[in-house]
Amino acid sequence: MSQPSMTEALGGVVRRDLLLAMRHRSDVAMSVFFVIIVASLFPLGVGPEAAVLRMIGPGVLWVTALLACLLSLGRLFTADYLDGVLEQTALIPQSLAVLVIGKVFAHWVVSGLPVVLLSPLLGLQFGLDGVTLGVLTLSLLLGTPTLSMIGAIGAALTLGLRGSGLLVALLVLPLFIPVLIFGAGAVTSSVSGIGSEANLSLLGACFLLSFSFAPWATAVALRIALE
Amino acid sequence: MNAIHSKLCRSILTCRYQMGDNRAHHAVFSKDAGRRVFFFSPGRISPDMLQTVALRGSRGQRQLFSDINVTIKPGTLLAVAGENGSGKTSFLRMLCGLLSPDEGAVLWQGKDIRQLRELYCAQLIYIGHLNGIKDDLTPAENMKIAAGLAGDDSSSEIVRKALEAVGLGRPIHTLPTRVLSQGQKRRVALARLWLSTRPLWFLDEPFASLDALATTYLTKRLQSHLSNGGMVVVSTHQELALPTDSVQHLRLSR
Repeated sequence: MSQPSMTEALGGVVRRDLLLAMRHRSDVAMSVFFVIIVASLFPLGVGPEAAVLRMIGPGVLWVTALLACLLSLGRLFTADYLDGVLEQTALIPQSLAVLVIGKVFAHWVVSGLPVVLLSPLLGLQFGLDGVTLGVLTLSLLLGTPTLSMIGAIGAALTLGLRGSGLLVALLVLPLFIPVLIFGAGAVTSSVSGIGSEANLSLLGACFLLSFSFAPWATAVALRIALE
Repeated sequence: MNAIHSKLCRSILTCRYQMGDNRAHHAVFSKDAGRRVFFFSPGRISPDMLQTVALRGSRGQRQLFSDINVTIKPGTLLAVAGENGSGKTSFLRMLCGLLSPDEGAVLWQGKDIRQLRELYCAQLIYIGHLNGIKDDLTPAENMKIAAGLAGDDSSSEIVRKALEAVGLGRPIHTLPTRVLSQGQKRRVALARLWLSTRPLWFLDEPFASLDALATTYLTKRLQSHLSNGGMVVVSTHQELALPTDSVQHLRLSR
């Protein structure tokens, strides 16, 4: 009798979601342009003072990445919920938590990875030096998957509710705070010449913690949403 | 001791395969060490059947049905009828394990489906009133992905045959499902029935928006599934053109 292996199921979910993202390229482009525009507004608004920009740069870039993640969370489960694919996913003979990891990964590739790849370019606008740009990219590489993982819990909890966009923000933004502090902290400490290892390690710890708890919490929330 | 154990298991397994009966899917359980005990006590094997025991369901504060006891044996179909809002969909979702009952239990081979979880999911197909297909993918892509995720054969050839079996010709296979009509979308969803060998089917209003021709295709498919020892639960308003001895009726009333 048919039962997919874990890798088959995981690969299947990732492939499907990436294929769908390819059909919706405008969605991907929108979140990328959002990040570019928001990050560019600050130098325009604050003025070209290099010292000021260097000081606010890490925080601004991190908050921008965080908001981009928040905006894309609505797409994570809503479409699947509305067309019945989610209930079919819940009936796949594999742990729902594993399938959630697949969905979150695909979501991150589409919404988080472009921000990571773009970050060195955006960092240049804030006058960050070479090493700091590297730290910025690394911190976002560790931080954005964590944001997606935590955000998935909120997205699953608010599935099918009215005005879920605002509610999901209220739910997950407090949980994003540690990631923001360590992420922006890593870049700031690199700007001021102190090593960024401590903050990056803590960011890594946040990633591992979210990776081990968020999929299960999300799976439970999805089952409740489906009832 | 262990060697004898596994040898015995294997021989019983081959037996079941050679019997070629509908119970061949016991083989799945043999992978799971915890279930091997079944093969040593054939007398206690609960036959393949789905049972509901004093099932009670409600939506919000409103009770939909209570004390439902039905047994679905291999080769039989349970037709669930009832007015709109009488809880047919909830009943079907409860049988799949998507909805948990207020009271009572659903038993597969004598075991509560809440304990079997993935093992039970590997036995069933559920087609709800939502089609569960992606509008932006083509019918062929939808089928391929669904079959792959279910662990079935998802080669292009098999997918093409399944789509042709529901009367969707080749030009349609590569169009986005978005541009198809409701009936054609329903056919794409139902084409999964031609791909799978799972014994348990739960179909929620499968005939909705199907034309006469597609209704015949589906009825024939149901008939062949039943004659292979499959089990079907279907919620429908219309009479099924199936042999009456294989059909049970359940009427939900408010």
